[in-house]
Amino acid sequence: MAIEVRIPTILRSYTGGAKAVEGAGTTLSELLSNLDGQYNGLRGRLITEEGGLHRFVNIYVNDEDVRFTGALETKLADGDSVTILPAVAGGAFGFAAMAALASA
Amino acid sequence: MLTIDRAIADAIIAHARRDHPDEACGVVAGPAGSDKPLRHIPMTNAERSTTFYRFDSMEQLKVWRQMDDLDEEPVIIYHSHTATEAYPSRTDISLAGEPGAHYVLVSTREPDTTEFRSFRIVDQQVTEEPVQVVDSDAVQTYMFGQTPTTVVYDC
Repeated sequence: MAIEVRIPTILRSYTGGAKAVEGAGTTLSELLSNLDGQYNGLRGRLITEEGGLHRFVNIYVNDEDVRFTGALETKLADGDSVTILPAVAGGAFGFAAMAALASA
Repeated sequence: MLTIDRAIADAIIAHARRDHPDEACGVVAGPAGSDKPLRHIPMTNAERSTTFYRFDSMEQLKVWRQMDDLDEEPVIIYHSHTATEAYPSRTDISLAGEPGAHYVLVSTREPDTTEFRSFRIVDQQVTEEPVQVVDSDAVQTYMFGQTPTTVVYDC
């Protein structure tokens, strides 16, 4: 089952420079494991050590942000298109507050 | 160095002033590989905060797809600091995810003058770069210096 995955510039070092790759899986979690088998280390950039989606990475299935569709348990079907984008975020907010927020 | 049309620099500053005291954020897209910021896209700050910004995820998807379709890339990613200097915070540095972009910081802390500075943020390393503001008619070109000199606009 082929699912197209669009890779952002900052993660293309894992895919040999490829902008889009193909993977397989019936859920987003399976897909990311499948991709990690092809592109070692990619999953670790998207998932935290606790096993959740990284707060500052956006993953979309077709036109939906997976935060609103079940996160890693989001169901995938043949022909779906997955897009990964780094969240664009920041601000004058202090680092200590930021760290507290990241661990919340 | 960042080379930017005066009209676009002015539009970024106007956006920052409009959203003050909340942080404003946006993108200037340009043809891939050109390093030319030509299409200004003000974005919604989903956080609506005086100290934090984040692009709305659905708006970001729409804009990034549009850039892809037009063979563009985000040449500039900008945001404002509304009470501190126009320099990347540790948060900005740790979250910078577009190594090819110019990160423009605008400070609106002073009501009468606006700081407008540009940085590269790659692998958590910040490098300030000169900003060259060019008039559309290309008759006059002004060259602004690097740190500690700041580009100051009279508003």
